[in-house]
Amino acid sequence: MEKEKFSYDNRIVSWFAWATVVWGVVGMLVGLLVAFQIMIPEMNFGIEYTTFGRTRPLHTNAVIFAFVGNGIFMGVYYSLQRLLKTRMYSDLLGKIHFWGWQTIILAAAITLPLGFTTGKEYAELEWPIDIAITLVWVVFGWNMFATILKRRERHLYVAIWFYIATFITVAMLHVVNSFEIPVSMFKSYSWYAGVQDALVQWWYGHNAVAFFLTTPYLGLMYYFLPKAAERPVYSYRLSIIHFWALIFIYIWAGPHHLLYTALPDWAQNLGVVFSIMLIAPSWGGMINGLFTLRGAWDKVRSEPILKFMVVAVTAYGMATFEGPMLSLKNVNAISHFTDWTIAHVHVGALGWNGFLTFGVLYWLMPRLFNTKLHSLKMANTHFWLGTLGILVYAVPMYWAGFAQSFMWKEFTADGRLKYEFLETVTHVVPLYWARGIGGLLYFAGVIVMVVNLAKTAMSGKLVANEDAEALPLQEYKAHKGEHWHRWIERRPVQMLVLSFVAVLIGGVIEFVPSFLVKSNIPTISSVKPYTPLELEGRDIYIKEGCYNCHSQMIRPFRDEVERYGEYSKAGEFVYDHPFQWGSKRTGPDLQRIGMKYNNAWHYNHMLEPTSTSEGSIMPPYPWLFEKEIKYDNMPAKIRAMQTLGVPYEEGYDKLAIEDMKKQAMEIQADLKKSNIETPADIEIIALIAYLQRMGTDIKVSKE
Amino acid sequence: MKFINYLETITGIGIFPLISLTIFFGFFTLMTLWVIKADKGYINELKNLPLEEGNEQTKTIES
Repeated sequence: MEKEKFSYDNRIVSWFAWATVVWGVVGMLVGLLVAFQIMIPEMNFGIEYTTFGRTRPLHTNAVIFAFVGNGIFMGVYYSLQRLLKTRMYSDLLGKIHFWGWQTIILAAAITLPLGFTTGKEYAELEWPIDIAITLVWVVFGWNMFATILKRRERHLYVAIWFYIATFITVAMLHVVNSFEIPVSMFKSYSWYAGVQDALVQWWYGHNAVAFFLTTPYLGLMYYFLPKAAERPVYSYRLSIIHFWALIFIYIWAGPHHLLYTALPDWAQNLGVVFSIMLIAPSWGGMINGLFTLRGAWDKVRSEPILKFMVVAVTAYGMATFEGPMLSLKNVNAISHFTDWTIAHVHVGALGWNGFLTFGVLYWLMPRLFNTKLHSLKMANTHFWLGTLGILVYAVPMYWAGFAQSFMWKEFTADGRLKYEFLETVTHVVPLYWARGIGGLLYFAGVIVMVVNLAKTAMSGKLVANEDAEALPLQEYKAHKGEHWHRWIERRPVQMLVLSFVAVLIGGVIEFVPSFLVKSNIPTISSVKPYTPLELEGRDIYIKEGCYNCHSQMIRPFRDEVERYGEYSKAGEFVYDHPFQWGSKRTGPDLQRIGMKYNNAWHYNHMLEPTSTSEGSIMPPYPWLFEKEIKYDNMPAKIRAMQTLGVPYEEGYDKLAIEDMKKQAMEIQADLKKSNIETPADIEIIALIAYLQRMGTDIKVSKE
Repeated sequence: MKFINYLETITGIGIFPLISLTIFFGFFTLMTLWVIKADKGYINELKNLPLEEGNEQTKTIES
């Protein structure tokens, strides 16, 4: 049989590669900004668009979906063609995919600073962008699958399984978590409320880590590490187990983000058990990666590409060991809400995703441009700057995490809390400075890489179409007694279905009971829907991204009950679309802030936080005192809430505005008693209404 | 129109998790058995897929 001649599409790979580089720089730059904003609130520049609550989601979204996202596509478009010995199915679909994804990133970069957010971490983008993501993702899947179907290689290498699982699972996660009811062009409410919303969100959040930051990158590892080391993967058998175990188990582990919260116990325990089980496949994968270098360690000394990959795989191993440990309830009791979490995710992001991306870029760019790497020395410099950066970042953050937790929990001999919350904040500020320096080092390394890659590209010429030849795929007859797994390996569609079943199972088991069993979320009769003004205030709370620094979840610990008040009950959140439990306490918990201080305190605090809390690192929010409350949207908001099952009376949407104005005037009158003259229809009034309502429903029931 | 009502109306939904668990463990056991028993030559063939790309340069890059 004669070999067929064809060419690989390198142009699309180079586009994604440059996008990875550019967005990497942008995402990390915003990361640096937020790192310094946390110590120097003035670096918010006094305007709403660049305030921490909005820049932090910008950073996380940029790094996850722009930097790593483009990195995934770069690796997939390169390796898929070669592994299947065929060109991508459609150049056009590739282009639509590329420009569609960049447009989404641009839309995110514009809407997040504007305050258009759903208030759910890593899923902040509003509904029109959610729809666009779905469409572009389908284009990606379509192009990938059509390529798989026209392949010239019968077997699907394990990397491709990881790509398939990534595609299908991310699609499922995104669609399920993005169920929301639009109120206006850029405002929607989550379909789920309270505990259910939390469960869905962290099922998504956790598996976004699993299936966006991990599985596609494992696919890249299984392809590019053997390429760079010029030897096959250590154990292919292990890689098969790694794949199935990982996708089966990962999907169950989401509830470990909600330990000691108001989530039902059985769901928490399920999350813990599966998180511990995750060590096995994760470490199987790490060992597989590192052992691939057996007998090639001498190369690691001289080859920066391999150095990057070794550190990446090691960071993967560290983060995936730490993850299950953090899922243990007693460890989680210390780590949760502290900077420990920040350290953990950055070992993963800077180490695993960052370094693997850099390794792949250094390997790929010279090949795409048919030249040699401009400077090996610069790549080595990048490596050391990056490694040092990770250490200088992570170590102080671990330290800060422990310090916070132990200070929060410390009591004096006569049974009082030893530290005010603010003392625990000012205590760790020096460590935040160290983190900022770590970030700077890492970023400096990236700049060195950008120069190196640009010079490399300039010294060569893009091989847009790389010639190749391969035998066409022959008709295959299964021989007798062949094992069923071999049957799957040749069948991408069945593979897709099976992967989907695998990931669906975990989801079903997690969700069905919480949606089904009423006793899981006991209703509390004194918990009532928000008044329209409070609802408006809550929307401002979400818009300003308060959840980035403040939790609304008091865990049943002695210190938290002492510090914040009665611990949180599942039934308190039944009207919270979306939930706002938060994941980090840079500031104190706010669940029982209601009626703790008077209105004037909140007014002054929001205008100038240090006036009421000396040493506070919270930024001021002066624009809330200028912008007027938008009454027009309220009827639509009430109707949306009614659709979601919030028991406002029939026709209440028509009365809502009147009630709003009335409540605003009450707050205005109360502020006047404290000698504060203010109009009633500015945003701060609505925010105060919400803050004063928070967590008070249960207090009422006790009277 | 609360979300929970949709699932409540599915009859016998309680069996779903059980079926799921059975599929999970069943598949896993079979897969592990196969991986252990699989033919060595075949595994090697798969293993080398990324490396057998004909005319591609495989040298490490030096400046």
